Amino acid sequence: MIHSLFLINNAGDLFLEKHWKSVISRSVCDYFFEAREKAVEPDNVPPVIRTPHHYLINIYREKIFFVSVIQTEVPPLFVIEFLHRVAETFQDYFGECSETTIKDNVVIVYELLEEMLDNGFPLATESNILKELIRPPTILRSMVNTITGSSNVGETLPTGQLSTIPWRRAGVKYTNNEAYFDVVEEIDAILDKSGTTVFAEIQGVIEACVKLSGMPDLSLSFMNPRLLDDVSFHPCVRYKRWESERVISFIPPDGNFQLMSYHISAQNLVAIPVYVKQNISFFETGSSGRMDITVGPKQTMGKTVECLVVTVHMPKVVLSANLNATQGTYNYDPVTKILVWDIGKLNPQKLPNLKGSLSLQSGAPKPEENPSLNIDLKIQQLAISGLKVNRLDMYGEKYKPFKGVKYVTKAGKFQVRT
Amino acid sequence: MFGMSTNNVSYNEQGSLESGVDAAHENSSIPASVSGGLFSADYKKNEDLKEMLESNKDSQKLEAMKRIVGLIAKGKNASELFPAVVKNVASKNIELKKLVYVYLVRYAEEQQDLALLSISTFQRALKDPNQLIRASALRVLSSIRVPIIVPIMMLSIKEASTDLSPYVRKTAAHAIQKLYSLDPDQKEHLIEVIEKLLKDKSTLVAGSVVMAFEEVCPERIDLIHKNYRKLCNLLVDVEEWGQVVIIHMLTRYARTQFVSPWREDAVFDENSEKAFYDSEEERKVEQVKPYIMDPDHRLLLRNTKPLFQSRNTAVVMAVSQLYWHLAPKHELNIITKSLVRLLRSHREVQFIVLQNIATMSIQRKGMFEPFMKSFYVRSTDATHIKILKLEILTNLANEANISTILREFQTYVKSQDKAFAAATIQAIGRCATDISEVTDTCLNGLVLLLSNRDETVVAESVVVIKKLLQTQPSQHSDIIKHMAKLFDNITVSMARASILWLMGEYCEHVPKIAPDVLRKMAKTFTSEEDIVKLQTVNLAAKLYLTNSKQTKLLTQYILNLGKYDQNYDIRDRTRFIRQLIVPNEKSGALSKYARRILMAPKPAPVLQSAFKDRDRFQLGTLSHTLNSQAIGYLELSDWPAVAPDQSVRIVEVVEPVKETGAPVHGKSKPGKSSEKFYSDSEEEEEEEEEGSSSEDSSSSSEESESESESEENSDDSNKSSSSQSDSEKKKKTLKNKKLQQQKPDGKDRKQKNGNAVKGQSRSESESASESSSSESSSESGSELDSDSDSDSGTDQKKNTRSKPVQSTLVTKVEKKEVSLLDLDDFSPAAVPSPKSSILSPSLLSDLQGLSISPTQSALQASSPVFVPETSHELLHRMTGKGLSAQYHFTRQPCIYGNSMVSLQLTLSNGSDQALENIHISEKSSTGQNIHRFNAIERLEPQASVTVSMGVDFNDSTQAANFQLCTKEDEFSVSIQPAVGELLLPITVSEADFSKEQGKLLGMNESSATITMTPENVSSQSVNRKVVSVANLGVIPSSQENIHRFAGKTVSSGCLVLVSVALKDPDAVITINTERTVMGSMLLRQLKTALTNSDP
Repeated sequence: MIHSLFLINNAGDLFLEKHWKSVISRSVCDYFFEAREKAVEPDNVPPVIRTPHHYLINIYREKIFFVSVIQTEVPPLFVIEFLHRVAETFQDYFGECSETTIKDNVVIVYELLEEMLDNGFPLATESNILKELIRPPTILRSMVNTITGSSNVGETLPTGQLSTIPWRRAGVKYTNNEAYFDVVEEIDAILDKSGTTVFAEIQGVIEACVKLSGMPDLSLSFMNPRLLDDVSFHPCVRYKRWESERVISFIPPDGNFQLMSYHISAQNLVAIPVYVKQNISFFETGSSGRMDITVGPKQTMGKTVECLVVTVHMPKVVLSANLNATQGTYNYDPVTKILVWDIGKLNPQKLPNLKGSLSLQSGAPKPEENPSLNIDLKIQQLAISGLKVNRLDMYGEKYKPFKGVKYVTKAGKFQVRT
Repeated sequence: MFGMSTNNVSYNEQGSLESGVDAAHENSSIPASVSGGLFSADYKKNEDLKEMLESNKDSQKLEAMKRIVGLIAKGKNASELFPAVVKNVASKNIELKKLVYVYLVRYAEEQQDLALLSISTFQRALKDPNQLIRASALRVLSSIRVPIIVPIMMLSIKEASTDLSPYVRKTAAHAIQKLYSLDPDQKEHLIEVIEKLLKDKSTLVAGSVVMAFEEVCPERIDLIHKNYRKLCNLLVDVEEWGQVVIIHMLTRYARTQFVSPWREDAVFDENSEKAFYDSEEERKVEQVKPYIMDPDHRLLLRNTKPLFQSRNTAVVMAVSQLYWHLAPKHELNIITKSLVRLLRSHREVQFIVLQNIATMSIQRKGMFEPFMKSFYVRSTDATHIKILKLEILTNLANEANISTILREFQTYVKSQDKAFAAATIQAIGRCATDISEVTDTCLNGLVLLLSNRDETVVAESVVVIKKLLQTQPSQHSDIIKHMAKLFDNITVSMARASILWLMGEYCEHVPKIAPDVLRKMAKTFTSEEDIVKLQTVNLAAKLYLTNSKQTKLLTQYILNLGKYDQNYDIRDRTRFIRQLIVPNEKSGALSKYARRILMAPKPAPVLQSAFKDRDRFQLGTLSHTLNSQAIGYLELSDWPAVAPDQSVRIVEVVEPVKETGAPVHGKSKPGKSSEKFYSDSEEEEEEEEEGSSSEDSSSSSEESESESESEENSDDSNKSSSSQSDSEKKKKTLKNKKLQQQKPDGKDRKQKNGNAVKGQSRSESESASESSSSESSSESGSELDSDSDSDSGTDQKKNTRSKPVQSTLVTKVEKKEVSLLDLDDFSPAAVPSPKSSILSPSLLSDLQGLSISPTQSALQASSPVFVPETSHELLHRMTGKGLSAQYHFTRQPCIYGNSMVSLQLTLSNGSDQALENIHISEKSSTGQNIHRFNAIERLEPQASVTVSMGVDFNDSTQAANFQLCTKEDEFSVSIQPAVGELLLPITVSEADFSKEQGKLLGMNESSATITMTPENVSSQSVNRKVVSVANLGVIPSSQENIHRFAGKTVSSGCLVLVSVALKDPDAVITINTERTVMGSMLLRQLKTALTNSDP
């Protein structure tokens, strides 16, 4: 399936290669570079590139291109999903997935890639299994290792690999048994010029951090499961149980994982937490423009809006911005043409405003379309859909775990057209 | 297939090429190191790496290997270190060893001779007791692409495919593909291994072996038949990646084996969009008459359905394509939500999913129309995503939503992303042609765009307008005039050419302007693009024919210019046009028809989606994404007109038959059986929907029914045969379904099926062998639990004993082969060997390998052996003011909760007036979790009703107290469970039983010696006594005088193992469980039961 993998940074340097079958010359990446050049933006590189003898399937993540080489028919999503899994594993191991961390930990990276694929077919992708095979680096361990000469590599087959619950390792022990669940909801919306909602929906995920000893069997129920329209689960969740009782019953993986993701049914009206009053105009003459943006609270359910950020992708002709923000700071990057206004907490008494002039490239025609605004925000202790966790029960173990549920609402792809 | 073989060829070439290089390398190895001066830094570095590798300290070696791996990762050549590295292949340090493996796999192909030095190490490692080491040795051995070791690889694969560790067997499945690509001549042998591994019922192996199947012998669809149902049933538990591969394979399989479910869909098709929301039953009634879906076809659809909820996008896509290609059209709608959900994922995932949605939405607009807004474009989307969304929106457009879509398009046209804006204009054009109501609106909109400042937008508009005008030119001469006016300002050649063509084509509508345009063109002709020149020549010719008075000279001028143009196309065209329109002696008859030729009415172009014909490729494949056949693409066949024999999928099961052997006669009657089967599964489905509380009773009645059938059928068969399968098959599937319902985690399903396969493989064997009895009887034991009454135990044992194990012979034969590899000291590592003295170790290991892995104890829940009918009083008629209640333990897994004990409550009204609103009070329970029955609204006098409820006793015999209420009164009642009712039976093999028992010694063991009453001594009565006291499963035993029973506690799932060893006249009861209190209580009760003499 997956023949080889090349990691390429944004500047076009190939900094890691791994082959699972016979070696394929890195010159095959020339086709990729060609496509990369053509696309201008890294996001525009087509995920599937055909070359005379191979197919290149790539993903772009954390400023790195993961380019895999394929020789025969394979479901493209299979490869794409796997590559993302690789990136996530790196993130899990090294805290972040960047060129530097990969280069610093090249041996572990290689060992991981070796375990994750055999002959191009995924062998072990569960983080719990991998961590038993190859232990993640910590400062303490690397010091101990250099002194004692012990290794980072597990000597026995991880128990998860053979069991029907591969996501959990055996013999987990904690002194403090705790289980935390974060209900994170994101509002995807498109608002038009006048502020009316063109499209809005809520997508949610439940992130879990479970540190429980033994083999706990958890079940989580909601006050209002009817809200959930479409769900997808971590493999540990018993689907039949959900079907019949709307209870999420599962033996959790150890540590952090995403328990489920869901979509709120379309019938429910989506509360839009903020409104944006904006006026952006470019003048026909004088190569300049004006901009005036005000953000205010709309339906916030009495909670404070935090981490408010407005991002504007300016037209190419905008050279610089001379603005005045009543709250927060703004920054305009003339290279990427991105204006970021970091507001912070939204104060309903004193609405933040950003006002000033834009200077355009002289001689160029004025842009036809005003740039759209992307809003980012966060509301703590609120699930905007109203979803509530009813209770969490644990079976199979005797101790009393510490349980916690947290709600957060964020803006997903929240866009205001101007 | 074709793709496959070319692939191999390329591998071969590579192989031979490499060996050539290798030879060259050997010669040049000395000069290479001498010429190191050029790269002195590298050379020196490698030198000190060499030194480090030769050192005595592992830490030094490890450091060196780490640096070497760093070199490999960067793509630097480290091959010259090969001899130094390969020495460390046998290192004890596991990390060092692993890194050496990495190195070996990378360079072995280049250094074949040296690589051979390491082979013996791997051969030794293949016998290592640690399964991880065995597996990685096989991985590396099979990854060394050196043709000489092909025979060794072949033997190792064969060996590993029977390994008792499923992980090693998985590795073997991967190795099959590697060997095949190295040496395709091994195909036949490899198919044998694949065939064997396909029978494997470990979920770990399934995905990998199907992958091997797809790569090596996708045409051998016959290998799948027998494993089809097993794969379907295992699917949910297979790891994600395996699921994708299996689903794709099963899609292909199903298209060859089942008839099309789409037959009368023409009527059903579009107007059935609403029907989706109607009730299941209704649809069924409509459907049943003309077409009956093969139950296996249904099985596949049903078992893949939960995977729509997978977190893995590839799995969701795979199921979606399976439904798209296999499901009846009216069931397709469930695809939609899941695919739309995937649009939340990464950009690359969106790209693939949108492509597939685009293809689907052409054929079935209705599917995605409700989700139209999900395809609205954001300015931050990548261009190719935007264009795909646009494509889908256009596909979804209809009279009802067109205004919304056009409004949305208006925003897009203004986008800064010009490629996207141009695509939007195309899309508007398509909407205009598709929906005649909006043609004019679109056209006017496009004309407005002509004055847009952006060139590409204008150009695209012109092109689209041209296409649109072709449909009705007469009404739009003013638009043509407008375009002529704009002509001077338009610089994009395609747009200019389009305008010129329009002028020429409709010059009769604009008689005054056209010649003027031609005049202007004559001036600029030489500086125009080729495409514009061609259209100028066309325009000139057409005007010459219609309006020669005004344009004769102009035309001649242009034709002269064209005659000497640099481009041969233009010269050719000019020559052709001149001959055609200017009559002379040579031109002959053709010029008479010039007008008819040039001015012929031309059909309007059809604007259509680029995804129009994409569905010739299977959705979700690489070929579909590329829109061209990728290497190794396997065509999806059309549905067969007549379904192939469906009995090929029937897996024969060794039944613990009571009757004595007689030759088999008669094959099954497929027609009849399938009908029956179908109706049953229907029934089952309905049951499932209702989530009925009457399940217990209904299932038991079904069981008894099929029981009697099997008795009828099987009275002449010892070997299980297809004549049995009528009832057998039915029972099996029913069982499976039931189990699925009862135990959502489905741990047991696979074993169930596994047994079936195993049974089959053994059914033909003849000679009896004492040593095999434990295995075969353990197997029949699991059947016994589910399929027959407990009192048949002894007979069965005799029968099954006479069923020897053919695989024993097989193993022995293989054993000989193995010894070629000098592996005869192979012994299983982690295998506990309880009571194994009678079995040779290798046989034992083999048998275990077949049944269960050593670490994963196969605790398989089974249905109760015996359900006592005694009911206990809950509320007496006198105290209950007429209401009386009795309860009884059903001994089934509770449907309300995994940790609940299932109870049946019979309520009767003994008074002379109706009782109303009978229910269990909410507030009452004493800590136990109780699932209450639904309130009974009214109970007539003398009537009684049975309801079921679940109580979580939390593995204690403490009574559950609650209030039983009627409209007027409340009665406190309590249920005190006997300890035996807090258990659920499970089946384990005898070996596992002993192993688990071994873990539960000391405090966890309680035992007692009793004196048996004579009538209790028979094994039959011991069994009966024990199972009536406690809800335990009977474990088949190889020893006549030891009886074993196993169960688990309902709430916590702790094992409870009971064994009764008879030593005439005494008997020792031993109970092993972590729940010591329960253990001792159970012991007391068993003691009483077994010493009690009443029957």
